[in-house]
Amino acid sequence: MKIDLTDTTSSKINAALMDARRAGGSTAAGMVLTLVIVTDEGSAYDALKAANDASREHPSRTLAVIKRAGRSPRARAETKLDAEILAGTDAGSGETVILRMHGELVAHAQSVVLPLLLPDAPVVVWWPENAPQHPAQDPLGAIAQRRITDAVTAESPVGQLAQRAASYTPGDTDLAWTRITGWRSMLAAALDQRPVEITSAVVEGESYNPSVELLGLWLTTRLHIPVERVVTGGPGITSVTLRTKGGDIVLDRPDGLMGTLSMPGAPDRQVALKRRETSELIAEELRRLDPDDIYAAAVRTPVERLREPAAETASHAPVIEAAVAAPARVTAKVSAKAPDPAKKAVAKKAPAKRATKKAGS
Amino acid sequence: MSNEYPEVEQGDPPLVPSNPLRDPADRRLPRIAGPSGLVIFGVTGDLSRKKLMPAIYDLANRGLLPPGFSLVGFARREWEDEDFAKEVHDAVKQHARTPFREEVWQQLAKGMRFVQGTFDDDDAFDTLRKTIEELDQAQGTGGNFAFYLSVPPKFFPNVVQQLKKHGLADPPQGSWRRAVIEKPFGHNLESAQELNRIVHEVFPRDEVFRIDHYLGKETVQNILALRFANTMFEPIWNRSYVDHVQITMAEDIGIGGRAGYYDGIGSARDVIQNHLLQLMALTAIEEPASFHPKALVAEKLKVLSAVQLPEDLGKHTVRGQYAAGWQGGEEVVGYLDEDGIDPNSKTDTYAAIKLEINNRRWAGVPFYLRTGKRLGRRVTEIAVVFQRAPYLPFDSYATEELGQNALVIRVQPDEGVTVRFGSKVPGTSFEVRDVTMDFAYGESFTESSPEAYERLILDVLLGDANLFPRHQEVELSWDILDPIEQYWDTHGKPAQYSSGTWGPTEADEMLARDGRSWRRP
Repeated sequence: MKIDLTDTTSSKINAALMDARRAGGSTAAGMVLTLVIVTDEGSAYDALKAANDASREHPSRTLAVIKRAGRSPRARAETKLDAEILAGTDAGSGETVILRMHGELVAHAQSVVLPLLLPDAPVVVWWPENAPQHPAQDPLGAIAQRRITDAVTAESPVGQLAQRAASYTPGDTDLAWTRITGWRSMLAAALDQRPVEITSAVVEGESYNPSVELLGLWLTTRLHIPVERVVTGGPGITSVTLRTKGGDIVLDRPDGLMGTLSMPGAPDRQVALKRRETSELIAEELRRLDPDDIYAAAVRTPVERLREPAAETASHAPVIEAAVAAPARVTAKVSAKAPDPAKKAVAKKAPAKRATKKAGS
Repeated sequence: MSNEYPEVEQGDPPLVPSNPLRDPADRRLPRIAGPSGLVIFGVTGDLSRKKLMPAIYDLANRGLLPPGFSLVGFARREWEDEDFAKEVHDAVKQHARTPFREEVWQQLAKGMRFVQGTFDDDDAFDTLRKTIEELDQAQGTGGNFAFYLSVPPKFFPNVVQQLKKHGLADPPQGSWRRAVIEKPFGHNLESAQELNRIVHEVFPRDEVFRIDHYLGKETVQNILALRFANTMFEPIWNRSYVDHVQITMAEDIGIGGRAGYYDGIGSARDVIQNHLLQLMALTAIEEPASFHPKALVAEKLKVLSAVQLPEDLGKHTVRGQYAAGWQGGEEVVGYLDEDGIDPNSKTDTYAAIKLEINNRRWAGVPFYLRTGKRLGRRVTEIAVVFQRAPYLPFDSYATEELGQNALVIRVQPDEGVTVRFGSKVPGTSFEVRDVTMDFAYGESFTESSPEAYERLILDVLLGDANLFPRHQEVELSWDILDPIEQYWDTHGKPAQYSSGTWGPTEADEMLARDGRSWRRP
């Protein structure tokens, strides 16, 4: 069901929502949260689609705030609120209200949103792009328990991380962080199998991708080791190497789909590590609404902590353009290949080593 | 015993190594099973195709299986590895809950093997051992294997002895071997003890996982959350407020093609002994000290050993058989006319029993357990029915339509919780009538919540025993049911009820004697 309200107010929207629910035959709605999406006409469609898909797991009231300040002085002078209500099958499992704000109202979006929040349910604000500098101090961000930004859409994605760190308030989170959950859990699972001491690590991935940096920062904060950052052609993160005395633990994903996990003393194994859709990322974000301390620790570590490999910083400028990224990848491959024979030799030695350790302890 | 790998017992929570990448605060990282594989005996069966294989795929798709996870099928059919992989592929496509993704399938398919043979075939078990050793090399399963016995219990002794004979039950140092068995766990106390003896001879007690798929259901786990995470229910969860409890598991289907299995077993042994007594235990237990499996099982054992049977079993138990009738618009035959059923069979397809729990919380509160085939509709629920208000300040006409307050945990389908209470009927006169307030799982939580088997298989691989009945529970449950079965064997025969109804009139009379009546679920 779709209801269009032009030049309206929050209380009229509330009444229309109630009517839509009655018409649908049920007055109770088991919705668990309100998701506020702050966006523009350009990205509203994709964001709403992702939110709809995510609402199958988290039935929610979705409020899309579209700001239309207007180009001409006349348009700017006219303050107006238009609403489009989607309910029932059109809105996943939940309700969607698209709020188009014109003129001066753009600066007072929270006055429209506040009366439309579900009673006693958590509020999540998501900026698919153009997130405010300080999300928690934004008038809309201030009413939310959780604020989702996406550093990858910023003009300088890696610089954006520093901004996120500076303005971090408990409840902030970034989709660049959500994107690496699969990598993080696979790496943690690799270390579950036997306790090893990791001496250093290398993360490889395309430039302008804050997820690669975050993964490196996470490894630094957790393991207290130097982490190298190697730029490759992507897609996304292509490889992580954890260096141990017994050889390298390598999780390699050249195609953005299938990963290979190699560990010393074990055969190479394939793992599915697909890059996920935005809807899956949002669904993961909505699963937990408490502050993500692990993200806080990672993002607050200065990016400078990640070293560019020594040989490469000499031959390449620190900023590598996407077009030149391909040769960088080749060098990365070479550098990855170099320790290979050593690794095999150590791998052969490993069982003997373990046996002595057992006898000793 | 190795110093590097601390021994994990079934009662202990899964081992958490000091992994610097893990942090209890990092709730995004899922529990992933360590390197391991699963061997399924009777892999061509229905359960394996409809539940186990899809569950394994779904686990892989959710990223919860270790890299290199291996699946070995064992059956008589003459298949190659590829045929087996194709069979799994078809089963997954048809029954999996999560969307099919080629790369996940590729990851799984690499570790699939099939071993052809019968259970007394030494060569086949030799091949199985070689296959497992080969997988340790090729897939890195680390010697950790669970053996899922999806076969009729009469083959259990055969299979476990073969596993022992070929050294498959002895884990290499630092790894584990586990046995997973399905109900029925015997057909009375004696046979259950015998079965436990056979299995425990080969596998240590703590490495035997008994599957009661009800315990893997989200709604059943939610009983514990509902009771012990909230304050508003626990104060009234006792004899001062609860009048009685009804636990129902109804099926609308008949015995189908299971005549050979079902005749002589009956609904009480098939359902009450395991599922309903487990649901009752969870409804009635005291708060466990923690969710450590040993703490939980200790509380369940306390409740089960406090169960008291009624003195007059004739008056407080009922059994029935479905007769021909119309079920949901279809004409169906009676139990005695089903193919392969002895026309003089005394097997029950409906059973209702009254139990009491002798402890301070529940003394005097009857628990009515009923199950049956060919009943009105498929439903499983726990209804806690409360006492009437001690005094009603309304005139008697005003509350004529007011029933007893109730809290109903809907286990399946339409998972959720319903609370029934009285409310004023809108209008100028004062009239109170029952209304319901609903919580539906599908609405408030995920549609993609894991299926019971997914959870249970993952727990087996992790070694987490919380959702599996221990052998003492199985034996105590038989202790409760055996006197009733013995009474039924020597007294009368099952009452007939027409298919599509809610059971024999004798069952209604059984509750009427106590001044109560069955809920229509």
